[in-house]
Amino acid sequence: MGFMAVIGFAVARLRNLFAVVMLTGIFSLTAAMLYVVLDAVDVAFTEAAVGAGISTVLLLSTLALTTSEEKTVNAGDSHWALALVVATGCVLVYGTLDMPPFGDPTAAIHNYVAPYYLEKSGAQTGIPNVVTSILASYRGYDTLGEVFVIFTASVGVLLIIGRPKFGRRRTHRFAAGELRDSMRQNVILRVVSKLLIPFIMVFALYVQWHGDFGPGGGFQAGVIFAAGYILYTLIFDVDTARMVVPAVATRLCLGLGVLLYAGVGVVSLLMGGDFLDYSVLADDPVKGQHLGILLIEFGVGLTVAAAMIAIFFTFARQER
Amino acid sequence: MHYFGEFPGLINYWIVVVLMMTGFYIVIAHKNLVKKIVGLNIFQVSVFVFFITMAKIKDGSAPILADGITTYSNPLPHVLILTAIVVGVATTALGLALVVRIRDAYGTIEDDEIEAQENEP
Repeated sequence: MGFMAVIGFAVARLRNLFAVVMLTGIFSLTAAMLYVVLDAVDVAFTEAAVGAGISTVLLLSTLALTTSEEKTVNAGDSHWALALVVATGCVLVYGTLDMPPFGDPTAAIHNYVAPYYLEKSGAQTGIPNVVTSILASYRGYDTLGEVFVIFTASVGVLLIIGRPKFGRRRTHRFAAGELRDSMRQNVILRVVSKLLIPFIMVFALYVQWHGDFGPGGGFQAGVIFAAGYILYTLIFDVDTARMVVPAVATRLCLGLGVLLYAGVGVVSLLMGGDFLDYSVLADDPVKGQHLGILLIEFGVGLTVAAAMIAIFFTFARQER
Repeated sequence: MHYFGEFPGLINYWIVVVLMMTGFYIVIAHKNLVKKIVGLNIFQVSVFVFFITMAKIKDGSAPILADGITTYSNPLPHVLILTAIVVGVATTALGLALVVRIRDAYGTIEDDEIEAQENEP
């Protein structure tokens, strides 16, 4: 954790945005390792794929479109900011003095709903991974909301920069273009990624369908799949990659995933249960829960993968 | 004082505060819009670490039910943060899209330069 703090300071000091982005990637990877140590394997999965993979690529594309050097800040402003930050920090540290110590099993958050989930979820959903069953079943409404947020955000990106207009100020930055060209020409990169990408895809599918037994699920599978696909695009070409999955297909999947999720809810409503109550989907409530969770996780995976790919392509296409 | 009694005690929370304040500082002190978004990301990660730290129980195991394990860490914060990470990257992408669009309109991504252009008659 100390390492994370050091990286944080480095990010604050550095002016070169390219270095900042690279450090953010390392920062995420460190965070992911920390999550593994703290037993949050599902979260670590997601952080590694998102933080070190997708968000770094997105930040880099933005730099390629704008500029990679930051201008110096006004010293007077930053003293005020520093004072404010230190004051807020002191108040927050004062607040933590009332927190229970690290790892304390008697802490308040461990004594309300969490024991219920840990005891009952195995019998009620037939799924050993408690994180998955809470995500998809007990807290299904929340997750539906999150999927809608992702859907809305990617629609927003498509609307804001999705349609390149003529006559806009576009200064092509050769540095980024040359870097990419050298990546395409590099034989080792091409061969290794050709070998690796099928495995990344298969791994994503495994994470998707095995998420109820081990760590994994729709969110993780979606980002891993998207990361594999983005890797392919980086090494080869945007147009080649676009031939594999056309723009219409990603936009269709984007909507389909959300519809599948909400649709499962509506079906359970029609079959006499509550919205997103999967117990009625099969004869046996446990089987119904299992089926429902699998279906909505698939919906989540579809939307997340499509959203990430659509966002990435919107950024990548700007460059030409 | 019991705060320093047993390692790690509250140290995790303090580092979270330091990280959060680093992010906050970047957001308010830097004029560059990309840097601001990176700062927001650091702020966000510090909140994630805070939640995951709270979820940990000493000698607990990852919350995947198995025979022979009696103590599990709290799965609920894991669920919240898992979805928050993916939502976070989607909203970051939206922010970056706005930055690209601002650069198209003003030719710069520095906050004060944009303001100067706005104030020109």
